[in-house]
Amino acid sequence: MTSTTEAPAGAGRGVSTPVPPRRRRKIRADDVGRILFVLPAGIAMALLFGYPVVKNVLMSLQEYTLTTFFTGEAPWVGLANYADVVSDPIFSQAMLNTGLFTAGSIVFQFAIGLALALFFKQKFPLSGPLRGLLLLPWLLPLIVSSATWRAILEQDSGILNQFLGLFGVEPIGWLVSPSVALIAVIGVNIWIGIPFNTTLLYSGLQSIPDELYEAGALDGATHAKAFRYITWPSLRPVISVVLILGVVYTLKVLDIILGLTGGGPANATQTLATQSYQRSFVDFEFGHGAALSNILIVISMVFAVVYLRRGRQAADE
Amino acid sequence: MTTSTNAATTTTPATRTAERRRPSRDQVSLRKAAMTAAGVAILCVMLFPVYWMVNASLQPSGNTLNAALIPLEPSLDNYVRALSEQGGNLLTSIVIALGTVVFSLLLAAPAAYALAQFRFRWVPVALLAILISQMIPGIVIANALYSAYEGLGLLNSIPGLILANSTNAIPFAMLIMRSFMLGVPPAIVEAARVDGAGLMRTFISIVVPVSRNAIITAGLFTFLFAWSDFLFALTLTTTDEIRPVTLGIYQYLGTQVQNWGAVMATAVLSAIPAIVLLVAAQKYIAAGATGGAVK
Repeated sequence: MTSTTEAPAGAGRGVSTPVPPRRRRKIRADDVGRILFVLPAGIAMALLFGYPVVKNVLMSLQEYTLTTFFTGEAPWVGLANYADVVSDPIFSQAMLNTGLFTAGSIVFQFAIGLALALFFKQKFPLSGPLRGLLLLPWLLPLIVSSATWRAILEQDSGILNQFLGLFGVEPIGWLVSPSVALIAVIGVNIWIGIPFNTTLLYSGLQSIPDELYEAGALDGATHAKAFRYITWPSLRPVISVVLILGVVYTLKVLDIILGLTGGGPANATQTLATQSYQRSFVDFEFGHGAALSNILIVISMVFAVVYLRRGRQAADE
Repeated sequence: MTTSTNAATTTTPATRTAERRRPSRDQVSLRKAAMTAAGVAILCVMLFPVYWMVNASLQPSGNTLNAALIPLEPSLDNYVRALSEQGGNLLTSIVIALGTVVFSLLLAAPAAYALAQFRFRWVPVALLAILISQMIPGIVIANALYSAYEGLGLLNSIPGLILANSTNAIPFAMLIMRSFMLGVPPAIVEAARVDGAGLMRTFISIVVPVSRNAIITAGLFTFLFAWSDFLFALTLTTTDEIRPVTLGIYQYLGTQVQNWGAVMATAVLSAIPAIVLLVAAQKYIAAGATGGAVK
């Protein structure tokens, strides 16, 4: 396009207004117009993110229940909501489940995602279209995936148990037995997360220059060595981004668990996110729900800080 | 692995070093065919649940208990039932998703351009805020919006859900479009400015057409996000009046499922935007991705 030929003339910015004082005056006049470009989005972000975060902190310090909506009264209770939710026996279970759900999902999503990215990096017919179709589980609405997996995992009629039955395995209550429900839910979440990992890691692999591998081959690097000394180190910035984004997204997962088990059976799949939903929108204890979700934010932010640090390091390198 | 395929792709002209180790042409094509077969096998495993969803939706019995592996006698009964029970909800979802696209893009496109091209001092701060905003759990937003909506009368309303869905959509659309708009040459905008066009006019008549692919990409993903929304539908509606289809599916799942066929037919109908995006709009996804990758 013409745009590329004109691009080097980008220095022409100053040409129309070469004298510094004049330029300054002009920019000040423009500034109002320029601010109008970001103002609507800025206001929306403040209303839709800033307000909820602040409001959530305030709610967590109040006795905010359904009656608040009728009486308008929400007495201050300090940290009592936090004390209540933390001392609840379900809390430790929810913390443990959140940890297992997140760690289990991330490890397998990443390992399988990386294996698939390496596989599709090779050149073979239909590699592109096949990789494209692989995205489908990621694009489907989560509740659709949940519904589909529930049909597959049904104890009596599900295809998975029918399939396992061929090998003489007794029907397993994937979603109704407390001992396996969390594993089943993690498995579904892994399935949903694989395409995201594959896609990001694949684009990371694409950016590793072929020359590195050619030089490695001349030096006699085997496949394993090429992976260890070339692929892995070159991919490291992408890997940390993928892992940390994965953690932050997985911590707040709600649709999948609600669709599959609703947090049951016997709280076996209850996480901080589902617990927060439960307290706010089922029990209508909004103060308790807010306290739980604030704990979730703090945990997310720890990973967010690591992410931002890593991002800066990658930019510096 | 990668090294050997690289050697293989440099086919005819004899490169000195790899000469001896290069496999014969037959071996290469055999190997590639095997890899394509492996790729197809991987895809079959990964997409089996999607296949099963479609298969179950076409089973005449309406129950997966005796579902055949292949719908030998496909029936559209489940779709008839799904459309009669969920048709209104599908329509609600379409309206909400389109509304979210329009609202989000109207706000995000100028802001994305400003973040890409204007030399504001606080651009890094704004980008940081956008990144952090993506890490806030939706339940936090829902919690606060519920109480605010209660007062504003926005519960059970389409504008309420459009606003809520925009929380995810606006920052995401800004990031996608900004990474593309970094590549818009300032010179073409300057030229229009010199001719006397105002900032907004320049933006609409020059930046928007040039960034068309990025805007379409952001719009498609925004549609998909809003279409897929479950959390806000679940928390910010309390009656049957305004009910997106995701919530309709959840209600099907709420009790003991009597008719998996209807559930799966609704699921298939709800999967259509994702499938369309994947199959028909891939060039926009690619355009957006490379647009972002260039800068």
